[in-house]
Amino acid sequence: MLMNGKVLIYILVMALVTYLIRVLPFIIFRREIKNRFIRSFLYYVPYATLAAMTFPAILYSGGGVIAGAVALIVAVVLAFMGKSLFTVSASACGGALIVELILWWLL
Amino acid sequence: MNKQTRQEYIRGIRHGMPIGLGYFAVSFAIGITAKKAGITVYEATLMSLLNLTSAGQAAAITLIGVGTYIAELALTQLIINARYFLMSCSLSQRVSSDTPFYHRLLVAFGVTDEIFGISVAQHGYLKPAYNYGAMSVAIPGWCLGTALGVIFGEILPPMIVNCLSVALYGMFIAIIIPPTKKSRAVGAIVIVSMVLSFFMSVLPLVKEISSGFRIIIITVAVAAVAAVVAPVEDADER
Repeated sequence: MLMNGKVLIYILVMALVTYLIRVLPFIIFRREIKNRFIRSFLYYVPYATLAAMTFPAILYSGGGVIAGAVALIVAVVLAFMGKSLFTVSASACGGALIVELILWWLL
Repeated sequence: MNKQTRQEYIRGIRHGMPIGLGYFAVSFAIGITAKKAGITVYEATLMSLLNLTSAGQAAAITLIGVGTYIAELALTQLIINARYFLMSCSLSQRVSSDTPFYHRLLVAFGVTDEIFGISVAQHGYLKPAYNYGAMSVAIPGWCLGTALGVIFGEILPPMIVNCLSVALYGMFIAIIIPPTKKSRAVGAIVIVSMVLSFFMSVLPLVKEISSGFRIIIITVAVAAVAAVVAPVEDADER
């Protein structure tokens, strides 16, 4: 069976809810907001969101906490040096993989 | 497509590469979960194509697996994905007034944590072509990963899958760290948000709150305090 009718409805409902969340602000806020507080608030939103999503989640994403911590340190150092998205991200993966391989070989 | 639009599109594709790679890894894991919940490869792939949300889909798969009510599924998505509302609010302020309306509808479809992250890191007005470039790598990566996860999930060594999933966080770090050198407020926000996020994930009771909702609480609180303490002077600071 390709698709189950009930599962299809579930998928369409969740897709609708998720799209509405994403699109409504674009439809509501057609003009630039003048209020200084709201402008500042929206300017700061991404940094708070991305920081909260990254830590501590990164510690548990690479398999082990040590691998995650190494990935975090590698990424922060390279990002501070102004390296590109791809370099930072690939090096973090590489760091985590090396740590995992070393641990696997030691244990 | 004029030259400038094409350049933006290509830049979007380049910046979308690590996102696509990270998505591939994460959605691969989601594909494995979907299979365990009895969801077919077609259903899982369609879900990925239409939803494009890791936490939301992971929660939905669990709920579908146990045969939940539609209303509960909808409410869960609303809570877990509410952060996109804030992101879209933030992005809506970057759309120039001469941008055709349909761009708002299309760009909105691709508001994910990562695509939002790279598009706010761009200077000046939002360039829809840039977002489309990123979306045209990220969405196939997300869907392909899901499909292959359902099909081959048990074959690939978990070590590789785990390490690939670090890519997403590496990208977030590459976005939030450089501005901390120029703005002390941003530096403080990054540190405070991480500390709060850590404590909220370990403290009793608070840790029972879903991770999506915890992120909303932290975002609203930290960004509101920062907006009062260090209001942004004008649009040039973006």
